[in-house]
Amino acid sequence: MDLNFTPEEEAFRQEVRDFFKENLPDDIRDAVKNGGELTKEIMERYHAILNKQGWLGITWPKEYGGPGWGPVERHIFDEESCAAYAPRIVPFGLSMLGPVLQKFGTQEQKDYYLPRILNGDDWWCQGYSEPGAGSDLASLKTRAVRDGDEWVINGQKTWTTLGQHADWIFCLCRTDPDVKQQEGISFILVDMSTPGVEVRPIKLIEGGHEVNEVFFTDVRVPYGNLVGEENKGWTIAKYLLTHERTGIAGVGLSMLELEEVKALSKKVMRGGKPLSEDPLFAARVAQAEIDLEAMKLTNLRMLFTAQKNGAPGPETSILKIKGTVINQELKDLARRALGPNAAPFPGSLAGSNLDVAPEGNANNAARYFNNRKTSIFGGSNEIQRNILTKTMLGL
Amino acid sequence: MNFDLTEDRQMLQDSLRRYLADKYPVEHRNKVAYEAPFHDPAKWTELTELGALYALAPEEKGGMGGTGFDISVVFEELGRVICPEPVLGALMVSRILSHTEANQEALLSGEMRGAVGLGEIEAPYDLDGIRTEAKASGDGYVLSGRKTLVYGGHAAHHLLIAARLDGELAIFRINAEDADVTGYAMMDGGGAAEVIMEDTPAKLVLKNAGSAIEDAINAGIVALCAEAVGAMDVLHKMTVEYLGQRKQFGRPIGTFQVLQHRAVDMLTEIEQSRSIVIKAAAELGGPDASKYCSMAKNLIGRAGRLVAEEAIQMHGGIAMTWEYPGSHYAKRIIMIDAQLGDTDYHLMRVAQAA
Repeated sequence: MDLNFTPEEEAFRQEVRDFFKENLPDDIRDAVKNGGELTKEIMERYHAILNKQGWLGITWPKEYGGPGWGPVERHIFDEESCAAYAPRIVPFGLSMLGPVLQKFGTQEQKDYYLPRILNGDDWWCQGYSEPGAGSDLASLKTRAVRDGDEWVINGQKTWTTLGQHADWIFCLCRTDPDVKQQEGISFILVDMSTPGVEVRPIKLIEGGHEVNEVFFTDVRVPYGNLVGEENKGWTIAKYLLTHERTGIAGVGLSMLELEEVKALSKKVMRGGKPLSEDPLFAARVAQAEIDLEAMKLTNLRMLFTAQKNGAPGPETSILKIKGTVINQELKDLARRALGPNAAPFPGSLAGSNLDVAPEGNANNAARYFNNRKTSIFGGSNEIQRNILTKTMLGL
Repeated sequence: MNFDLTEDRQMLQDSLRRYLADKYPVEHRNKVAYEAPFHDPAKWTELTELGALYALAPEEKGGMGGTGFDISVVFEELGRVICPEPVLGALMVSRILSHTEANQEALLSGEMRGAVGLGEIEAPYDLDGIRTEAKASGDGYVLSGRKTLVYGGHAAHHLLIAARLDGELAIFRINAEDADVTGYAMMDGGGAAEVIMEDTPAKLVLKNAGSAIEDAINAGIVALCAEAVGAMDVLHKMTVEYLGQRKQFGRPIGTFQVLQHRAVDMLTEIEQSRSIVIKAAAELGGPDASKYCSMAKNLIGRAGRLVAEEAIQMHGGIAMTWEYPGSHYAKRIIMIDAQLGDTDYHLMRVAQAA
């Protein structure tokens, strides 16, 4: 048993740390610190900075222009990018579609789409969930019917994150309604500018706009936009789920947020003393820290297994459940630390010089509410428990 | 023993419930709650015409109620529609004025809106931390300092301000127009204000005001806790209804035992909440009021977090949207914890009182 990173890994950590110190623009770091929504421009500029370094497709092998990192390097990158207040990489093209095309795409698809993803030519979004197909994704109804050398698509997707910026959407569509649900689904790429595609915003609980509904009315795309085999889309979806899980524990982010909560509790005064000296609040923070310390190791143990076996196993559902719960607790603490000073609606005091929260904390309540999504999306924590029940308990 | 409402309170509850269900649908609520003045002045007038404010003050002060149960009846109904009208401010002003000989008619009729400025940035809950200063000036006084998160302060004609006069807490009255009042929307809708005073002219209302302020806070806690119970009850019903309607895997998700049990846990916490609010309401005005109000606020804080978070989770996405009414109930329930002392603050007070 050796809990240390190797000297090579430590050197890599230093390299990543130096990179962010030298290359992350102040305005991007400040935007992340403030915790509001990031603009498309900021996200694209950040991607370009990573791409220049060859670090954008963090799960991609070298042959496709990725850095060829293993799970441990990706983990170190995640920790360091969070600590540097870098944005999260927008995952849809880079962590989701990229790996799918690399595994299931034709040579032509790889040659066309992969470089465009890295270069930021296309912004991708994910067309999975539907109003009637959330946790039960396989019941999806969006229909794609072949008509000569085209697909004709009709239906509706929802919870399409950052779809308002997207040029393309990868969709799971029903292509055979007469077989077992999972066996009649295909994975199809759709240019969002195709006639019949309509994006409508969904305003979230805290007032932000990051998800959308996407409607398809007689949308015609080339047959060649199919990825993998017809009716084998579910296999791709499952493969993609394993990729969606890299960094699913969000350890880097939680480590940063723990430090932020500690710093905040030293600034906020209660009863004439810093909140950090309030034994109840301090105990709450300590509780979260204990859980996070264990999570760091649970995460590393599973990374180690993934590194050895080449793929993460079903036990990564534990990372999703516990990782999101710990992060939600930290966001609760950041809100709770401010007491009523967390109450102003985001931006409602902007420009007035009257901020009641310490700098960078005015969005703490909004972040808390927004973050409730993490135990729902990407397979709700209830679905993760179902997976664990089947795979780990054999029940 | 009898846990039924008296006939009068039953009538008050019925008339408020009918009025609010009819006139304060959540779409309307959301339209007014986030735009200045963060409530609906026309509805305020109608609500006060129903006698909602008279119910908050005792007869000898010109009201028609004023006990803990009167307050809880009114606020539970407000909570059921997450009403953004600044009734809490009126209650707390009335409560403080009830420790004086002041005539409350203009306040209780709803004609003059009042709000209470207690908390400050570094002392959101704790009265000991109040730093706003009062100085004698001519015939009256002037105040200097900043009051933060003054609920309803944006909509108030006059404000009662807690300030130090020769080191002791006293209550002063200022006209809103004499101070620098900046109103804003809150996360959960409704308005609050930052009130900045620099030698702002003020009238002394009450010297040695510590116990009057504590009484007003206790009344405010009963109100907020009852409001939370109303909101939790509605949100729970919405959740159960959704569990019965929403189908996944070919059946209503309410048939999954794991969700059934969690919905029952919510119910259990709501029943516990209802009970502790009854206890706090019964003790309001008595010698142990602070202890039981702290118990109520702590329990409501814990139950509220469970109910709000579980409601969102069990809705699976839809309650994350602005469009779904449940999201606004969840926000209100969570943010109530940060008004007049949160879960931890009141836990410590209970521990110290024991």
